[in-house]
Amino acid sequence: MSAVVFLEHDGGELHKAPLGVLARAADLFGSADAVVVGSQATALAAEAGRFGAAVVHVADDPALDPALPAPRVDVLETVVRQGGYDTVLFSNSVLAADVAAGLAARLEAGLNWDLVDLEQRDGELVGKRPALGDSVLVDVGWRGTPRLALFRPGSFDAVETGGVAEVRPVAAALAPHSTRAILVDHRHQPDEGPKLEDAEVIVSGGMGLGAPEHFALAEELASVLGGVVGATRAAVYAGWYPASAQIGQTGKTVSPRLYVALGISGAVQHKVGMQGSKAVVAVNKDPNAPIFEFSDLAVVGDVHVIVPRLVELLRARKGS
Amino acid sequence: MKIAVCVKHVPDSRVRIDAGSKRLDRSGAGELNKFDTNAVEEALRVKERLGEGDVVVVSMGPEGAADTVRAALALGADRGVLVSDPGAIGSDLLATSRVLAKVLEREQPDLILFGQQASDGAGAVLWAAVAERLGVPSVSQATELVVEGGRARVTRQTERGDDVVEAPLPLAVAVSDAINDPRYASLKGVMAAKRKPLETLSLADLGVDAAQAGEAGSKTVVLGIAPPPARSGARRVEEGDAAQAIVDFLAERQLV
Amino acid sequence: MARAIDFPPPFRPGDYVAEPTDAPDARIEVGVLVVGAGPAGLACAIRFGQLLEEHPEVAERLGDVPLAVLDKGKQPGSHLLSGVIVNPRSLRTLLGDKVRVEDLPGYGPVRKESVYLLTKRRALRIPTPPPMRNHGNVISSLSQLGRWLAGQAEEGGAMLLPETAARSLLVTDGRVVGVRTGDKGLGPDGARRPNFEPGSDIVAAVTVLAEGTQGHLTGVALDHFGLRPAVPQVFELGVKEVWRVARPLDRVIHTMGWPLRPWARYREFGGSFVYPMGDDMVSIGMVVGLDYRDAELSVHDVLQELKTHPLVRSILEGGERLEWGAKTIPSGGFRSLPARLHAPGLVLCGDGAGMVNVPTLKGVHYAIESGRLAAEAAFASVANGADLGAYDEAVRSSFIWRDLHEVRDMRQAFEHGFFLGGALASVMTVTKGKVSLGRARREPDDAQPVLRTDRASRYPEPDGVLTFDKLSSVFASGNRSRDDQPNHICLERRVAPDVARMWVQLCPAQVYAVGPEAGDGLVEVLLSPSNCVQCGAISAKGGRLTPPEGGSGPEYTLT
Repeated sequence: MSAVVFLEHDGGELHKAPLGVLARAADLFGSADAVVVGSQATALAAEAGRFGAAVVHVADDPALDPALPAPRVDVLETVVRQGGYDTVLFSNSVLAADVAAGLAARLEAGLNWDLVDLEQRDGELVGKRPALGDSVLVDVGWRGTPRLALFRPGSFDAVETGGVAEVRPVAAALAPHSTRAILVDHRHQPDEGPKLEDAEVIVSGGMGLGAPEHFALAEELASVLGGVVGATRAAVYAGWYPASAQIGQTGKTVSPRLYVALGISGAVQHKVGMQGSKAVVAVNKDPNAPIFEFSDLAVVGDVHVIVPRLVELLRARKGS
Repeated sequence: MKIAVCVKHVPDSRVRIDAGSKRLDRSGAGELNKFDTNAVEEALRVKERLGEGDVVVVSMGPEGAADTVRAALALGADRGVLVSDPGAIGSDLLATSRVLAKVLEREQPDLILFGQQASDGAGAVLWAAVAERLGVPSVSQATELVVEGGRARVTRQTERGDDVVEAPLPLAVAVSDAINDPRYASLKGVMAAKRKPLETLSLADLGVDAAQAGEAGSKTVVLGIAPPPARSGARRVEEGDAAQAIVDFLAERQLV
Repeated sequence: MARAIDFPPPFRPGDYVAEPTDAPDARIEVGVLVVGAGPAGLACAIRFGQLLEEHPEVAERLGDVPLAVLDKGKQPGSHLLSGVIVNPRSLRTLLGDKVRVEDLPGYGPVRKESVYLLTKRRALRIPTPPPMRNHGNVISSLSQLGRWLAGQAEEGGAMLLPETAARSLLVTDGRVVGVRTGDKGLGPDGARRPNFEPGSDIVAAVTVLAEGTQGHLTGVALDHFGLRPAVPQVFELGVKEVWRVARPLDRVIHTMGWPLRPWARYREFGGSFVYPMGDDMVSIGMVVGLDYRDAELSVHDVLQELKTHPLVRSILEGGERLEWGAKTIPSGGFRSLPARLHAPGLVLCGDGAGMVNVPTLKGVHYAIESGRLAAEAAFASVANGADLGAYDEAVRSSFIWRDLHEVRDMRQAFEHGFFLGGALASVMTVTKGKVSLGRARREPDDAQPVLRTDRASRYPEPDGVLTFDKLSSVFASGNRSRDDQPNHICLERRVAPDVARMWVQLCPAQVYAVGPEAGDGLVEVLLSPSNCVQCGAISAKGGRLTPPEGGSGPEYTLT
């Protein structure tokens, strides 16, 4: 199987999550190539090589800088046809999702998305995707080629192999409708920070915090971990935290890389909002709290003692 | 000005996966996909701001999906088109986008709206495939939409901040759930909906070959279902330096 | 000892009676308005449709919408819950030759049945008491039956309007002229959210209240028109689960005894049922009278306790819980029926009016028959101006009245203790009710003094496989009500600690919690209203349930 991975970049650096997909692809197929689009593509090709790409196709053109999907569909179509790739991989992002779906329609190729893993079975490629609120894992496959796959961001870790990639420029002809949408303005993220649904790290508080002012513990921990604060329905009901932070069946559904639950008992209404989290650390005084049944690290203890110390240790780590 | 809104009939929250077909057991009651209500709401607002327009709701689904189309009509849409055909069951992204594109070709809308994902986990990329087939540009994650003089100005949310994109109509836009607060259907709206035109089409009516839809027209397959791997060896910390144990765990998992 | 009745809810029926306020052209006009898409309301809609088909000239006079049915649930069936074993006679009468009873949604006739007296470890088979024999009756799911009847009603021309709460009775010059529906899009403090949608005035020539147990407008109407019976209504609370099972159950089972304590000190009257639903499902429920005294009694937890009994465990082992729900049953019988079943412009049907035969555990067929009779009276009223008093007469001449009269003292018999009561009940049945216990003093459920025992220590720790906690059960009811809406439960918030504790245990959905001390030896009561599955138990024990935003509450499909 021959695979090519769609990489993304920002401010002169390649995004980690697609590099993770690249690492997995290289591991699975023995070798994997990459595509980089935009005016810094050639400069970034070396970095792509260092993270495992054998060949990097670069569409180095300032006209392609705006993060719009349609021209990228054209570029990828050209790369896939010219390179004879049978597998195209993406790490999910707002841009990548649009590109992957547009490319699927362009190539009449099957696209499986929201995947968390990929494997080869009896010569076939099999993807794994969570379903039904992450309560089951579904095995999915493709008919025919090329095969398109879109992974949940952070499914794989990037691996620095120190390799050197061959750089191949791509000159793609753009379809007529690809240039009709134009980017007229871009505003960087205001200080609000990421939305709860997009956050990679979430620190949530429940009634076990004891009092509304103790949400400060969650806020401090979130701050030092670079995350966002969430809350249970009960805490929101009690007026301890705003409804916009509510996670659960009647609140938001999240799937961060790390979910820290402070003083949360783990009722099913809460669980269905966060069971897709990659790693769950729960701190609760009650050794029988249901949340421990779906945590990776179950810490029985007092949040008021543990969290301040944890924040201290993490700050020290950062500092050193 | 014609605005088409693509909506999906999704099973209610306690859906199960049917062990035999390995597909979602859609035999239970269903409802209008929550995220599509934002799209219907935005379509109605565009029409209200322009002072004119025709909002047509388009869906592909089982017979019961007619209720979902009616729910959208109850909110204020003018017409509904439902493609309901046993041959369309099991359609993946390719097959679904193919069928929807055919309906939209028939309708020739100026603006096509989508919700940002489906609560049954089967969406989140449909608009780009449909737009590609129609040869129109698409913009996703819209948090603001202004339509004026044959052009649209879309503010969209990305991981890096907000983009403002302009494009001429016809255009496909997938709206974020942050774009608006959908209205409730009024009782009069619910009653009027029962009399609004709802066209039901088969694949043959659309000129779509059986091989182009359903499982036959799909290029992805569901192979099997398994419970997710139990969180391997949930570790328990009851004594000692709990905070340190947490730091060690996070370091192990490369989370710090 | 504390009593809930000493802490009445700040509820004023007058708040729910008003003149229409919408401009005349903004009002929604229908011919007949039915509140409640349960068996009574839908039977009314179906029969009315039949009559309109026979008399198209009347249909024409009624305008665009001859009959509308409102329901506060997400869709018909969402709020319907019962055992249930249905006596099919009313369905046969209603549907005539059009549909065979065999073709109705259901799980077949009752073939075998057993009654057991349980002790903690044993099950003693006792002969089936005559009132409980079910020959000729059909096992069903009320939620599924409701959905099916709704389809029939729509085919007959009725307009169904789910997700719509009936908030107030519209009354002009002493006559009911319709209802006002509830607002949508209010915040928890009553402030309007951006998508606020006001309720509407729906006006009709005849309003049929078929709201089921603890019907909100039914209660308002009973007070406003002075129709409350001399003997206050009393209630039972049923909590049930539907399970997928590994082995088919071949019989209908009823149990008495353990885990309930029917002796005078605790007054725990009731029992359980286990009904097969086809070969792969069973319905299991615990029903307890709400005149119990122990604050620690939790019917939900008693059901969990019941499941640990060897007899029941063996039925459920290897299975999986599919759904859970709870609902009250009016059990005062004949003596607690309203003084009249009609008022100007208004008729009362079904469970809302208390038409339940407690010894036989049946009420669905009365609901259907009363709905059918309501349709006929409503039709006569709109067609010929006939008085709605004809409805009262029709019900009093029907088998509904005869049956309820026959068993009128059955419940009281059990107040003399279980064994004596059983004997008295048999005597009453054999003599077809000619032996009477006379007028009994009957107190409402909330007048019972509250005591506290260590009952809660016997409830099983939920294991998530056989036994479950309340919150995960609320989840299994399909409840996903919007959290940030106004509280719909009218309740005194500063009460005696024992009363608060009683409410905490009473509510199967864990709506109540005991809050901080509030002075004078009282405590504050905290609420999580969005857990509420609208069973009505709180209304019997010191509070008052009103309908939340339309579409809220459980989404039953199998109950």
